[in-house]
Amino acid sequence: MLCDAKIRFRDSQIEMAHGAGGKSSRKLIEGLFAPLLLGPSSGPLGDATYFETNGTRIALTADSFVVKPLCFPGGSIGGLAVNGTVNDLAVSGARAEAMLVTYVLEAGLPADLLEKEVRAMAEAARIAGVSIVGGDTKVVEHGKADQMYITTAGFGSPIPGLTLSASLVRPGDRILLSGALGDHGITILLARGELDLEADLQSDTRSVLPLIERLAVVTGPGIRWMRDPTRGGLATSLNELARDCGLGVFLFEEQIPVHDEVRGACELLGLDPLQIANEGQFVAIIAPEYAEAALDILRSAPDGDEAAVIGEIREQPLGTVLGITAYGGTRVINMLVGDPLPRIC
Amino acid sequence: MKFVDEFRDPAVIGHAVSEIRRLAGPSLADRGRHYRFMEVCGGHTHAIYRFGIKDLLPPNIELVHGPGCPVCVLPMGRIDDGLSLAKDSNFIFTAFGDMMRVPGACGSPLQHRARGMDIRVVYSPSDALKIAERNPGKEVIFFAIGFETTAPSTALILMRAKAKNIFNFSVFCNHVTIIPAIRAILDSPDMRIDAFIGPGHVSTVIGCRPYEWVAKKENKPIVVSGFEPADILQSIVMLLQQLRGHEAKVENQYKRAVPWEGNRSALKAMAEVFEIRPYFEWRGMGFISQSALRIRESYAAWDAERRFQVPGVRVTDPKAAQCGEVLKGVLKPPQCKLFGRECTPEQPVGALMVSSEGSCAAYYNYDHRRSEALTNIGAPA
Amino acid sequence: MCLAIPAKIVELLAAEESSAVVELAGVRRQIDTGLLGDDPPRIGDWVLIHVGFAMSKISAEQALDQLQALTVLGEHEAALEEIRGYEFNQSTSGNERGQT
Repeated sequence: MLCDAKIRFRDSQIEMAHGAGGKSSRKLIEGLFAPLLLGPSSGPLGDATYFETNGTRIALTADSFVVKPLCFPGGSIGGLAVNGTVNDLAVSGARAEAMLVTYVLEAGLPADLLEKEVRAMAEAARIAGVSIVGGDTKVVEHGKADQMYITTAGFGSPIPGLTLSASLVRPGDRILLSGALGDHGITILLARGELDLEADLQSDTRSVLPLIERLAVVTGPGIRWMRDPTRGGLATSLNELARDCGLGVFLFEEQIPVHDEVRGACELLGLDPLQIANEGQFVAIIAPEYAEAALDILRSAPDGDEAAVIGEIREQPLGTVLGITAYGGTRVINMLVGDPLPRIC
Repeated sequence: MKFVDEFRDPAVIGHAVSEIRRLAGPSLADRGRHYRFMEVCGGHTHAIYRFGIKDLLPPNIELVHGPGCPVCVLPMGRIDDGLSLAKDSNFIFTAFGDMMRVPGACGSPLQHRARGMDIRVVYSPSDALKIAERNPGKEVIFFAIGFETTAPSTALILMRAKAKNIFNFSVFCNHVTIIPAIRAILDSPDMRIDAFIGPGHVSTVIGCRPYEWVAKKENKPIVVSGFEPADILQSIVMLLQQLRGHEAKVENQYKRAVPWEGNRSALKAMAEVFEIRPYFEWRGMGFISQSALRIRESYAAWDAERRFQVPGVRVTDPKAAQCGEVLKGVLKPPQCKLFGRECTPEQPVGALMVSSEGSCAAYYNYDHRRSEALTNIGAPA
Repeated sequence: MCLAIPAKIVELLAAEESSAVVELAGVRRQIDTGLLGDDPPRIGDWVLIHVGFAMSKISAEQALDQLQALTVLGEHEAALEEIRGYEFNQSTSGNERGQT
């Protein structure tokens, strides 16, 4: 049966764009992996999935971390791996309980660098309240694995009071954002050193689980759908939503929080903050009667003062994300195709 | 951001919009005249979509996107030529981000990188020269594109390479000039443009004088415009004022950055390093004489075309691609038979789908779906 | 060809010819001032940056002039509307303010 699955992936080779989190990534996942591995009846793909065994529902997620440089202002790969996994579960409505971790290490990697990352991972796990219960290690030749790659598998239990699905989204629902966009992606870009830019920026990597648990308690019934906008940025996450719910996603561009330095770097390089990766933010679609209470909760958190209602869902235009400019003009906001590239034109 | 935010202020925009509606509205003089303004420069096309400027204009003002997108007008064969120069593992191929996804007949630079070629994005030609300095054992090629805004920087870098005796660096020059492109638009028999929004950043180099023939000989108003929404809208006000007053002159709206006489240092650097090619092929527009730059004999050691074998690949676009007509404003992107079907931003067939500021790509990405979605439910696009 | 952004000169680098550091919105980059040889910029000047080169100096006076000209546009319009309203009503009902 699965061998008859229709493969829609037509590219002749894999390129970096396929891992950038945007359109090309979707094509690969939906066109090759999903038909062959998940079967024709798999629904919209989310950050985590639910599995039932012996009457117990558990949430599962898998993630891989390939970041250069390994260490950057605000964090490092070890912490990123934990937070990323915890967040994927949290925005899918689950509290991370346990994680498995795999390290692929490059021969020649200094041991003290590895120790630093393992300590960072342990600390992040402690703060996030998740137990690392096992894992694996492999070593590859020098020149492969960019010093280290980390993959994770996370397991979580459903957070009471949350039922999340794009199909629950209704016109009139509000779009809530936890904080400023683009800090992580721009920090990494600057940390690579290829563009000679300097700014006082750091990655926003953190676990968003505590925030989501508080939201669930007070506004649980109103939360329809959530996502953490990592690679591909908010634009990609909301395009996925628009496609899955079939409604119109409207963003009030003036309401979207972006730090000055991120704005400046994006203007200089011709990038769009909406397409830049975040590692400590999430977007939630929430019923209008719960929006104010939800915003209050987000704002009362440390670093929460930038949380904002940034848009709303409307009946039309179908399956499209539209930005409303400060002057009332509109523009279609697209999913990222491949990696964001600086432009000069 | 200073000198940016003030020109994006909604209150300021509001003033400009009401003035445009007043000037363009039906009056005894023009009986609801339909205006067609071409913005020459791709950067303006990008700004128009980014700020939703079309939505602010009355329906009788139509913005036609011009050929000022140096990526779009680059013939596909030049990309293959450039990439072939760097086939050897001893080469490092450098280019601006804009070029990376542009397909040659054998794939884009990013696709070549995936196959193992050393291809690097640079933000500045200085970065390319630095790469050459740091990698003395390698040959570094800089794929230079752009109009007169970018050419002076390439020129200065070539002068530095010569002064510092950096011999493992060369430039594959694809710089083009804006005036011949405007001339080609105006020479076209089915051209229907009333006035031009002139390129702002090119003019920081060439000044405003080179556009005088557009006003004097062709009798079309041209306003050199900045790129913020207030700039573009103010330029439209100025064009409307000229047309209603039956005038045609060159005006400088972007006075805060554009000197009327241009930048003498920049022009000097260009003249030192470059000379004009007798002709050059523009994708979608055919061969245009005296429209591009090549490196002078005195800088031959840094001219990739002279140092290495250039195959001279020529790839013609399919006959069905109507890029030329779209460029001249005769057709709107969706009217080209290939638009949205064989030709999309992910599989571009013609010039204008290739870069995100090409008119077809801009329309497809920032207009098309909205119009289509609205059409689906019977609402006016 | 067109992406250029205003930034402020915050440092002139003596060690390298025609080099300066600019800042915009807290982001700093080293840029080349070689194209402004006729009138080299000083610390505090605002310049237009394109591909890492300063293309021209930005004039604060011209910017202000332009903003003032834009602001007056709207006021002109509001004044005209009012006048139009009066003219219309003098030929018909006479007392009420008209609407355009």
